[in-house]
Amino acid sequence: MTIVKERLIRTAPPAPPPPHRRRVPRMGGLVHVLLVAWGAVVTLPLLWAVVSSFKSDAEILTSPWSLPTALRWENWARAWTEASIGRYFLNSVVVVGGALILTMLLGSMVAYVLARYEFRGSRLVYYLFVAGMAFPVFLALVPLFFVVRQLGLLGTHAGLIVVYTSYALPFTVFFLTSFFRGLPQAVAEAAFMDGCSHSGVFFRVMLPMAKPGLISIGIFNFLGLWNQYLLPLTLNPDENSYVLAQGLAVLAVRQGYANDWSGLFAGLTISMLPVLAAYVIFQRQITAGLTAGAVR
Amino acid sequence: MRHGRRRFVAGFLALPLVMYAVLVLSPYAQAFYLALTDWRGVSARAEFVGLDNFARLLDDPQMWAGLRNNGLMLLVIPVVTILLALLLAALLTLGRSGRGVRGAGAYRVVYFFPQLLSVAVIGVLWQFVYTPNNGLLNGVLEAFGIAGRSWLADPALALWAVMAVVVWSSTGFYVVLFCAAMQSIPREILEAAHVDGAGRFTVFRTIVLPLVRENIQVAYIYLGIGALDGFALVQIMTVGPGGPDNATEVLGLGLYRNAFTYGQFGYASALGVVLFFLTLTLAVLVMRTSRRERIEVV
Repeated sequence: MTIVKERLIRTAPPAPPPPHRRRVPRMGGLVHVLLVAWGAVVTLPLLWAVVSSFKSDAEILTSPWSLPTALRWENWARAWTEASIGRYFLNSVVVVGGALILTMLLGSMVAYVLARYEFRGSRLVYYLFVAGMAFPVFLALVPLFFVVRQLGLLGTHAGLIVVYTSYALPFTVFFLTSFFRGLPQAVAEAAFMDGCSHSGVFFRVMLPMAKPGLISIGIFNFLGLWNQYLLPLTLNPDENSYVLAQGLAVLAVRQGYANDWSGLFAGLTISMLPVLAAYVIFQRQITAGLTAGAVR
Repeated sequence: MRHGRRRFVAGFLALPLVMYAVLVLSPYAQAFYLALTDWRGVSARAEFVGLDNFARLLDDPQMWAGLRNNGLMLLVIPVVTILLALLLAALLTLGRSGRGVRGAGAYRVVYFFPQLLSVAVIGVLWQFVYTPNNGLLNGVLEAFGIAGRSWLADPALALWAVMAVVVWSSTGFYVVLFCAAMQSIPREILEAAHVDGAGRFTVFRTIVLPLVRENIQVAYIYLGIGALDGFALVQIMTVGPGGPDNATEVLGLGLYRNAFTYGQFGYASALGVVLFFLTLTLAVLVMRTSRRERIEVV
């Protein structure tokens, strides 16, 4: 506090026009060079994968960083069908979609009850959920495998969905509890006066009011779940129900033997583009939501 | 007006609590017990062996390799990522006396791309970027007249190659995070310092840095926890997996291998307990060392 204050006070008398202003344009050039350089580091590998997905295997092996001589969409078709990327993609959509809906529903129910109702043990329940954030998933991995197997859910999408949801709950509950606490009480009171039931108030009044928070945590969870690798690797051994992350990793090994590099790059591109495209369209909401999640 | 309150609370909590207890709390609790047994999964029999598993860990060269590599990742990844992200965020937001550089939004969008890719995509992609003969990296280097290397096969380089991928994939998120923090600094303060004749670096060090300290702390914990993991990238990118000569062995990989390849579930759980305490220590240390007086903006 003192540093800032002192500086504020010291600035009171107007100073003569500062000489350093003249340096700004020259610095500006260097600034853009650095910014563009990192942009290139980020995008080059991605562009390279997209470009390679249109090449023939011979082109990839002999001139790996030239442009393709023709747009070979058949690479994409081959990756989608023969290499099963299409199936893995749909599996991922089912698992991540299911887990996301379930996480948002259950997470907001728990958070709402914890934020708005006084009852015995409410603090205990809250801390049980929050404590889940402190443990690495690796610690649970072995017992989790046997629990899931015992429930008969090993290798099923339903199993992955409930496991994903359970491990996404701690942060979701933590985030949404503070969000629901910050919402005004008056609207809910009015709804109760009008004879609305408890769950009616939740679904018709509070959930719509919590929309900004739900969007933030929803995006956060989507990226987290889409990113999962360890859990499906352990709990989803059946190749037919592989999610994209597993399928791609296995494919990378297998296509190496089969020398189908173009198919592999096409598979990579197919797994990258939808999320990147969605991001470019909704980037404002996404970055706002994500940083809100991390700042809290 | 509030009849059925108790039933409502119980109804909303029941399903999530049961799921959470069965799939999260109970596995965590079981892991601590399993770590003290010689359970191998096949039979129901699990002998209590006390701290034997932990004693065995001390003689396990792969555990030490994993600990060394995770330790190095813990030292390198958070520091490099945070410095890089701070630099880029400062360049983006503090230019033109706090108005931000032209096109800052577009830069932030592009920098964020890797955050959207699943770790498997990143691993496979970079495996090919690093390929010696027809990979992107050696191609670029050779264009500049630098001899290429076999990045993932050389024990001296493999771990650094993996760490570079972690930095590549996580920097963008922290750029966006730090930008948000820097944008919330009142412009008058920055302008006042400029008028005072403070140089860019002084402004950054004495004003900006203290004001984004909490965000740096959060970043450090997240990145540190990530550095103690590293499983997915190593498993996908390096041979073995675990790299040449255990060069990229990490603790998570040892746990996974002992459990699901060798069936030594008790021993693997002991490794899990070690990982837990490392994570906990890290979080406590970071919270402690950076709990300084908070700077408030008046």
